[in-house]
Amino acid sequence: MEHTTDCAVRMRHITKTFGKVVANRDVSLDLRAGEILALLGENGSGKTTLMNMLSGIYYPDHGEIFIKGEPVTIRSPREAIELGIGMIHQHFKLVDVFTAAENVILGLPGSPVLDRRRLEKEVADLAARYGFDIDPAKKVYDMSVSEKQTVEILKVLYRGAEILILDEPTAVLTPQETEKLFAALRNMKKDGKSIIIITHKLYEVLSISDRVEILRKGEYIGVVDTGTTDQDQLTEMMVGRPISLEIERPAVERGEKRLSVVNLTCESSEGVAALNNVSFDAYGGEILGIAGIAGSGQKELCEVIAGLSPALGGAVLYSGEKNGIPVQENLLGMSPDEIARKGVSMAFVPEDRLGMGLVAGMDMTDNVMLRSYKNGRGLFVDRAAPKALAEKMIGELEIATPGVDTPVGRLSGGNVQKVLLGREIASEPSVLIVAYPVRGLDINSSYRIYDLLNEQKKKGVAVIFIGEDLDVLMQLCDRIMVLCGGQVSGIVDARSTTKDELGLLMIHVEKFDDEEAAG
Amino acid sequence: MSAQKTLHTHSREPLLRMARRDSIDPGLAWAIRGAAFLLSLVTGAVIILLLGHNPLAVYQSMVVGAWGSPTVIRETVKLAVPLLITALGISLAFRMKFWNIGAEGQILVGAVAAGWFGLYTATIFPKIPLVALMMLSSMVFGGLYGLLPAVCKSKWGTNETLFTLMLNYIALAFIKYLMNGPWKAPGSSFPRIPMLVSGARLGKVFGVHWGWILALVLVVVVYVYTTRTKQGYEIAVVGESANTARYAGINVSRVMRRTMFLSGALCGLVGMLQFAGADYTITEGTAGGVGFTAITVAWLAKMNPFGMLVVSVFIAMLERGANTIQTNFKIPASASDLLIGIILFFMLGCEFFLTYKLIPRGKEEHHA
Repeated sequence: MEHTTDCAVRMRHITKTFGKVVANRDVSLDLRAGEILALLGENGSGKTTLMNMLSGIYYPDHGEIFIKGEPVTIRSPREAIELGIGMIHQHFKLVDVFTAAENVILGLPGSPVLDRRRLEKEVADLAARYGFDIDPAKKVYDMSVSEKQTVEILKVLYRGAEILILDEPTAVLTPQETEKLFAALRNMKKDGKSIIIITHKLYEVLSISDRVEILRKGEYIGVVDTGTTDQDQLTEMMVGRPISLEIERPAVERGEKRLSVVNLTCESSEGVAALNNVSFDAYGGEILGIAGIAGSGQKELCEVIAGLSPALGGAVLYSGEKNGIPVQENLLGMSPDEIARKGVSMAFVPEDRLGMGLVAGMDMTDNVMLRSYKNGRGLFVDRAAPKALAEKMIGELEIATPGVDTPVGRLSGGNVQKVLLGREIASEPSVLIVAYPVRGLDINSSYRIYDLLNEQKKKGVAVIFIGEDLDVLMQLCDRIMVLCGGQVSGIVDARSTTKDELGLLMIHVEKFDDEEAAG
Repeated sequence: MSAQKTLHTHSREPLLRMARRDSIDPGLAWAIRGAAFLLSLVTGAVIILLLGHNPLAVYQSMVVGAWGSPTVIRETVKLAVPLLITALGISLAFRMKFWNIGAEGQILVGAVAAGWFGLYTATIFPKIPLVALMMLSSMVFGGLYGLLPAVCKSKWGTNETLFTLMLNYIALAFIKYLMNGPWKAPGSSFPRIPMLVSGARLGKVFGVHWGWILALVLVVVVYVYTTRTKQGYEIAVVGESANTARYAGINVSRVMRRTMFLSGALCGLVGMLQFAGADYTITEGTAGGVGFTAITVAWLAKMNPFGMLVVSVFIAMLERGANTIQTNFKIPASASDLLIGIILFFMLGCEFFLTYKLIPRGKEEHHA
């Protein structure tokens, strides 16, 4: 066995299958002691599965794992942590009503009496050592997403982890928070920790990692030193062929005002204020981006406009036409059914594709007719027209499916999204609202979705794009509205704005200029 | 530290792993079902042996008891009809994931609603309008009894399982009240409801009341309703996800109310058939557990109406057979019920093996 000792982790010829799906085929991985390794791959390339085998969540069908040169069998997360391996998952597992410190020690053996003062000091010391900013006595329900993530990392460090795995840690962070996290990771590295960071964002790979391992479709593609590579090479390895990362932004003359949201205020389903006096206009021939940290009111905004949730006040004014007759309506207080019957042609691609936009257990035909089955008279549904449309969509949008009879829940994420967006576009809307349309999609599918949105823009549709990746928003949209805590913190021109400006708006420093002027 | 490591090095993969099947070959599925049925017979045989009888003779007698002569076949069909219609009724609610376990109560309410016309207006109306009135009123009142939990659920979010279950006891108590009070048969020494006059009883086709023809028609009607109509489509969408339904512009609470009315109406119809076609009176046993057995029927058939036809006949056969062995072999009723329980347990249990496969240690998964 060649130079095994300087590797913190060696995974050799790992294979893992789920039913017929091969998640990892003969994948190997070396994590050197004291390095940051980026594990790069598109969604569905098997990154998380591979790491779940290292952290004891899955057990490999084949292959060996060595920790510091010793062959090991890891059958549970507990055994992983005993070996010094800790994983920070995308979805946090914290107890809301406990403090940071309490969450950190949760599940550890200890004396029956809890010495909170000592514990909080320990946690504070640990945080300070790596440059984390956290109050150990703060309850989780009062925390921001970034603070919760810090608690998850501290939990793992407190248990003595030497090997840390972070699964897409920046997906929920603002650019500024991402920088803070990366600084802390560099401190950990200096302290001798070995770190694997799972990601599909290239600029992050380049800024934080020492080496990059690339996976594609569950297979090992290669390892490169970060210093000797660039975005194009990484993309090519990730996708399998050279691909342009430019997102097109066709110049279209701005059309008429299609949607005017005025002083919209609403509560979330839990009765917490979710939107506060939100006002904006959407024009035909334009893509309006909506940015913000997760949970800033994006979901409520979509659902109020679509007639799915009630509002406390304000107005949603629609103006369009149907069969040449102008239609002007205040949509507030109408159900989706009423909105459709008034002749309002508004399409909505919700965030929860299979839980709201589509019926996972039904086939494509039945899903295509979801919003139009009431059309036509009589008791019986007409499946001929939707079936023809479904077949047309398969061809035009290159949907990979065994056929129109396959339940859409069996399709991959990208194809599910094509079915959903394809159906909404087929309704020839004048307003199209899309929420996180490329989340979880591979690069090819994502670019196909951007193309489809641009086509709609060219046709004069008012497109509202709720997104999370600022790079994408800045390249695709014409204007970007930033939400923060349910309020509009700014509407900027996407061509001239910067990531820093958006980042600051996302954490609501809209009075930045005033303060600067005053100071 | 080194001791700890040794432990991990030598610990091994679990003995059996579970993996979900993507799809299953129909041949294999039927082989698994067949094996489960055989195993249930073997397990049942052990119990029969312990009771001191010959298992083969007992099983043979069960089959003969259900199918051996035109008379017993008629009895078997008579048992299958209420099971089938009730299963069709509750399957409508189950399709939208509304757990209607109140079929017992809906059957009883339907029987009482039909009973009022049958017992008190038989002298006023000729037979055909009378039967039509009995049918209509049993369906309306059974439907209303099913509507009640749906209204409460859509208004206040009450739990339909608990609600429909409780309504069963109320219906049962109401029957007892009628037996002891207002509807007590004149001159009877014990509480009972009078018999339906013979002129008002349902006519027979091939020796069984015509409810069996109605049941067959309903199989087709329910199949068409659930798969071909807009309302059936709405039920399916609501059952998959209420959120998607709202997104699609479906009024979820209206679909819930409408479907529960239909579900209750079919169960109520069963009450009328039992009253006017089988028992000719109403007792606490008019529903007789049909509302609960029908849940098994609906699930075993995976909500498919044609499947329910097969399963309800199968269960009726088991029940008839169990009756026969009680008389022929002096096997106690509890033991013959145990045999039915074993067979159903195995048939339901094998669904697990249809959904999952077990992979023993050391074996890898093979793929096509």
